[in-house]
Amino acid sequence: MIDSNAPGFWPQLFETLLKATGETLFQVAITMVITLVVGLAAGTLLVVTDRGGILERPFGSLIAGRIVNAVLQAVVNLGRSIPFIILMIALIPFTRLLLGSAFGVTAAIVPLTVAAIPFYARIVEISLREVNEGLVEAGHSLGATRWQLVSKVIVPEAVPGLIRGFTTTVVSIVNYSAIVGAIGGGGLGDVAIRYGHQRYSVIHIVTVIIVLVAIVQIVQVVGARLANRMSHR
Amino acid sequence: MITLSSVTKTFGAAANSVRALDDVSLNVDRGEIFGVIGQSGAGKSTLIRTVNLLERPDAGTVTVADRELTALNDRELLHARREIGMVFQQFNLLDSRTVRGNVELALEVLGVNRRERATRTNEILELVGLEHKAQQYPAQLSGGQKQRVGIARALASRPRVLLSDEATSALDPETTDSILQLLRRLNRELGLTILLITHEMDVVKSICDSAALMSGGRILEQGRLVDLLATSGSQLARGLFPLGELPEGNSTVIDVTFVGLSSERPVVAQLARTHQLDVGLIGAAMETIGGAQSGRTRLELPGRIDEHAAAINDLRAQGLVVEIVRSGR
Repeated sequence: MIDSNAPGFWPQLFETLLKATGETLFQVAITMVITLVVGLAAGTLLVVTDRGGILERPFGSLIAGRIVNAVLQAVVNLGRSIPFIILMIALIPFTRLLLGSAFGVTAAIVPLTVAAIPFYARIVEISLREVNEGLVEAGHSLGATRWQLVSKVIVPEAVPGLIRGFTTTVVSIVNYSAIVGAIGGGGLGDVAIRYGHQRYSVIHIVTVIIVLVAIVQIVQVVGARLANRMSHR
Repeated sequence: MITLSSVTKTFGAAANSVRALDDVSLNVDRGEIFGVIGQSGAGKSTLIRTVNLLERPDAGTVTVADRELTALNDRELLHARREIGMVFQQFNLLDSRTVRGNVELALEVLGVNRRERATRTNEILELVGLEHKAQQYPAQLSGGQKQRVGIARALASRPRVLLSDEATSALDPETTDSILQLLRRLNRELGLTILLITHEMDVVKSICDSAALMSGGRILEQGRLVDLLATSGSQLARGLFPLGELPEGNSTVIDVTFVGLSSERPVVAQLARTHQLDVGLIGAAMETIGGAQSGRTRLELPGRIDEHAAAINDLRAQGLVVEIVRSGR
């Protein structure tokens, strides 16, 4: 049991929280940067290789398009259907192979990224599908190449949705980053478990919750503002 | 300028397939405005989309500006499309770009550098009368302004052909008129060949030089409006001059169509005088069609048609088109 009246308790709590918050933000930031790139690419591929999509026949082969699309769909579905806590444990050997260690703040980025990419890819897919078919047609009529259609028409038109989806993904990953604390992933989850759960410190639990709520709030507000700013409808 | 020859397009699987284009041949001359009119489902939309191969025909050839598009590979087709502008019923502007950005898109696709893009965009926005709206977003514009942006975007790359897919169908009558006048002006000033599709006869009447009537995926008739008006039995000519219902009775009813100069002559008075006939005037319309003053008059003559053979021959001898609507008893 931790005594909150002990000398040096509050400064120590502050220091612990600061360090843990930094770790959580670091994990989430790196995860989200990778997710933005890979998720955007995967989500875009899901849309363009679908039937009737602009890359329905990569290299002139309809079969290639069907295969790419089916594989991507399967991977995304698989990633989305495994509960994070199981995914995290199942990935331990893979993480060790990749980084030499399966535990710690940096190692936790691996399962977080593996969970975040399919999540965001699906959101990207939904956002891009909402872009009016007529705009793609207008792009075709201007003689745009497939890459120009994606980079100048489809993705820019979907930006507000992509930002809102990204916000949702960040919130989920903040949530998951607390779970990795349970297997030595550090961060705010680690503080809550080690001090709050194992040493019965209510103050630690409460302060961790406050910090998490604050992070989520800030992400939500910034995301919503940015999305509205980019929306000219 | 645009030639479609025996173009066929079928949608759907064998059992419940729809033949959207059934052996369609069409010829649009350089510098003219050609209107394809028909009801929804007639295949007009598919027709115009085959011209720039947004829809690839199952059979037949499409030739634009002496280049056979149906024979090109994908890369060549991209280049060919850049010489064919297209405007749409729903405008299809990018919400994420300003008016300027939407027009510039057409030039970015071509790889035009920033400075030239800016110059050309200013030029074309001025041409459509939107230079003061350059920094606005489409959502801030009225329907007519959006369509002007659509036209500016379509013309930015200096195409010689403009395709208009029901460009005025989402607009109110006044705005429709201003867009049609703009198309007319661009046609004259730039020598632009325009192929448009519409379901409104008024559009054909006000700006087209030539027209085709489409139904069930087939073209029923086509030609220059002045020629169609002079063709007995032309459905398009009848559509251009709706004269309403026939009166009850046993009298003979004829439609007399004037094209060009003959409308200035007192035809009806002459007919009554020379042939001693009690001519009844049932309906009449005057229009400037295809640049020529034209008119159609529906006349009622007493008795049977065979009593009036001499009078009708007389009218035909004057170069008028006479159609017998009812023979009388």
